[in-house]
Amino acid sequence: MMFYCKQVFTQVQQVLPEAEKKPMPERFMIGTRIRERRVLAGIRQTELAQKVGISPSYLNLIEHNRRRIGGKTLLQLASALDVEPSVLSEGAAATLVSGLREAAGAADGAAPERDRAEEFAERFPGWARLVTGLYRRNGEMERTIETLTDRLAHDPFLEASLHEVISAVTAIRATASILVETEELEPEWTARFHRNINEDSARLTEGAQALVKYLEGAPNRDADVQSPQDEMHAVLAARGFHFTELEHEAAGPKTVARLVQAEAERGLSGPAQTLLGAVLRQYLEDARALPMAGFAARLRRLGPDPAALAGATGAGLAQVFRRLAALPEAEAGPVGLVICDASGTLIFRKPITGFAMPRLAGACALWPLYQALSQPLAPLRRRVRQVRRGGETVEALAVAAREGAPDFDRPAPVRAYMLLRPDPGAAGGAVEEIGVSCRICPLAACRARREPSILAEGF
Amino acid sequence: MGKKVLLIEDEPNIIEAVSFILSRDGWEVKTHSNGHDAMEAVRRRAPDIVILDVMLPGKSGFDILGEIRADPEFAGVPVLMLTARGQTRDREMAERAGASRYMTKPFSNADVLDAVRALAGA
Repeated sequence: MMFYCKQVFTQVQQVLPEAEKKPMPERFMIGTRIRERRVLAGIRQTELAQKVGISPSYLNLIEHNRRRIGGKTLLQLASALDVEPSVLSEGAAATLVSGLREAAGAADGAAPERDRAEEFAERFPGWARLVTGLYRRNGEMERTIETLTDRLAHDPFLEASLHEVISAVTAIRATASILVETEELEPEWTARFHRNINEDSARLTEGAQALVKYLEGAPNRDADVQSPQDEMHAVLAARGFHFTELEHEAAGPKTVARLVQAEAERGLSGPAQTLLGAVLRQYLEDARALPMAGFAARLRRLGPDPAALAGATGAGLAQVFRRLAALPEAEAGPVGLVICDASGTLIFRKPITGFAMPRLAGACALWPLYQALSQPLAPLRRRVRQVRRGGETVEALAVAAREGAPDFDRPAPVRAYMLLRPDPGAAGGAVEEIGVSCRICPLAACRARREPSILAEGF
Repeated sequence: MGKKVLLIEDEPNIIEAVSFILSRDGWEVKTHSNGHDAMEAVRRRAPDIVILDVMLPGKSGFDILGEIRADPEFAGVPVLMLTARGQTRDREMAERAGASRYMTKPFSNADVLDAVRALAGA
């Protein structure tokens, strides 16, 4: 793989003008340009792959300059990204001019001399790079703002508080206008609507206060907008939690180092690199113990029962869980995975539809994950549903395991694993109701509650 | 076109206000307040129009809409979706799932009436 990379790289270098060879050679590679264009356009990797009819993992290899690309795929990618194919295939000069044109297209009132873009790029390459650089940076910032907005929209605490406020406002608005607009409203109705408004305004007050408190207390308000854990999970999510590079027979610690390095070059913070490295080294170990082809074949033969898979392969349940979560969805279906350490802190989250995992605060103590933590060596299987809007019934398989080699002086640390899969149906037993996190949980009589809910009432 | 509306919504005071407005306008209003068995309620009530909240306990409004559209008997029933989120993504999801109209909370009573009347006339 490395050899192939170098070969492509050398070829690309040869067609570049001498002056542009040395600084940041990565920039001049086709894959890198495709990635830049995609990020600039705010398109997800999976989306773009789907548009041009290739698999996301293949596009990922292309973007990391690990696959040669040309012909039809290049044309399709260019068309999907709405750029001239030459912008992707040719060197920096073409990119510079087209970058200038693009910046000119977005210019409000500055009236740049569009017909003289080539001349400008040729006579003042430094200034031209500055202009296109600023334009690109602007695009990146807009993208960051979108990501943050998106994150806010998906923060379960915020979502629940806002839902409370909007519901109360909706009820008040509808009721108040009935009171004002209905002629000759019967006294019983009037009294009833007055009471409703009073109720809802109290609820609105509480909801608004909870919201203010939450926003004031939001962590990282002034510091980094993303925790290293978030960064690490974002990388995993972008790759669909599957790393083709680590599935290769020849993959080794160097492959992990290269993957981490590639993310570092894309701005992954130091602490997040450490986290990513640890997760990927574990991935590598799992992939070596349970190689993909054999594991997938066993999965098809034995069905998705982790115990049977563990029995047949001699691997531990925790390892089988991690492996199932690392397989592409086409092989294993949708699989979520949560891992916590002995303190209950979630250290790994692979999401699944219908099951929310808190990002900021402690999760619900009723999760089978924590039951497993309190009874190591006893795996358990439950059908659970989070009591919240959007909660779906899922199957949860949980087990706790010791990590690392045993030691006579102190025990190896324990971690608990919870594998989440779509509902197996009534055959899986009765459904247990659990929560996401106390603050947004409507379960009224819960023995595991550790703080009051900000929701005004149960569903 | 008949005048029977089924309102699937879980906020009691919103249910009361909307039922009141529609009843005064001459509609027969039935209500249902959870997602689990919303489809059964649709079958039982056989409404001429459904008003469906997106955020319901038990099941999402999009899933319920999908079930309505998948049932040959009710596939053609006009459905007005209500949601607290006005994001384009939700709108697109509603359209894809087959919503006839889409309304963002908070709404005005006049808008609800207009929408229901328009759907009945359609």
